[in-house]
Amino acid sequence: MNDSRPFADNGQLNELRQQMLSFARLQLSDEQQAEDVVQEALAGALKNAAAFNRAASLKTWMFAILKNKIADALRGRYRQPQMTDIDDCKDCSLADDQLFNERGHWHKDDRPQRWDAPEQLVHDEHFWRVFDRCLDALPAEQARVFMMREFIELDSQEICAALELTTSNLHVLLYRARLRLRECLEDHWFGAGENT
Amino acid sequence: MMNCQQATRLMSEAQERPLSLKEQAELKVHTLICSGCRRFGEQMHLLRRFTKA
Repeated sequence: MNDSRPFADNGQLNELRQQMLSFARLQLSDEQQAEDVVQEALAGALKNAAAFNRAASLKTWMFAILKNKIADALRGRYRQPQMTDIDDCKDCSLADDQLFNERGHWHKDDRPQRWDAPEQLVHDEHFWRVFDRCLDALPAEQARVFMMREFIELDSQEICAALELTTSNLHVLLYRARLRLRECLEDHWFGAGENT
Repeated sequence: MMNCQQATRLMSEAQERPLSLKEQAELKVHTLICSGCRRFGEQMHLLRRFTKA
């Protein structure tokens, strides 16, 4: 007989917990805090298991809870003394002028190309594997601020406060993340003939 | 005259803050003559959509 409780399958729950931990580690850069928010998310989900809507998947529901816990943790950081300070914008020293010539114009080979039929990619699993690989390839600090901004949807002020970054440093990190992610997708998907 | 590096930087900034009228005008002129930067601008919006999706 099938058990209809959302946490009946220990194997599925353990796999989900590992995925949640990976995501929390990337966002918080603090093993202990990542463990804490995942524990809190799981505890909150167990406590409210009756509210679980089967129209969504368990993963949908758990990540929605985790996203809120991470946002709370990040917002809470600037109300607490920091155990360690992050290296302020260490990626800012990385040159992005490899894409541009000395006059600030695109190098011929790096000039953005046309992306065909991007709206159809949402249903292409192969594309998402490439997209995830490109995200994973970003330098850690760039990946972190990019995901905080675009995935968790914190605003610039909240990210600056949580990471003790200046607004201009944050904008540089986001700019470099977008440049690299765009270039990676063009190199490994749109220009690689993988989608043909 | 704005170059491509400045234009792409400004297009990324536009996702974080409202651009001034001067910045908007310079960017518009640059993207009229630069197809690479015009594509870059379109792809910035796609990146945001892909990330959310």
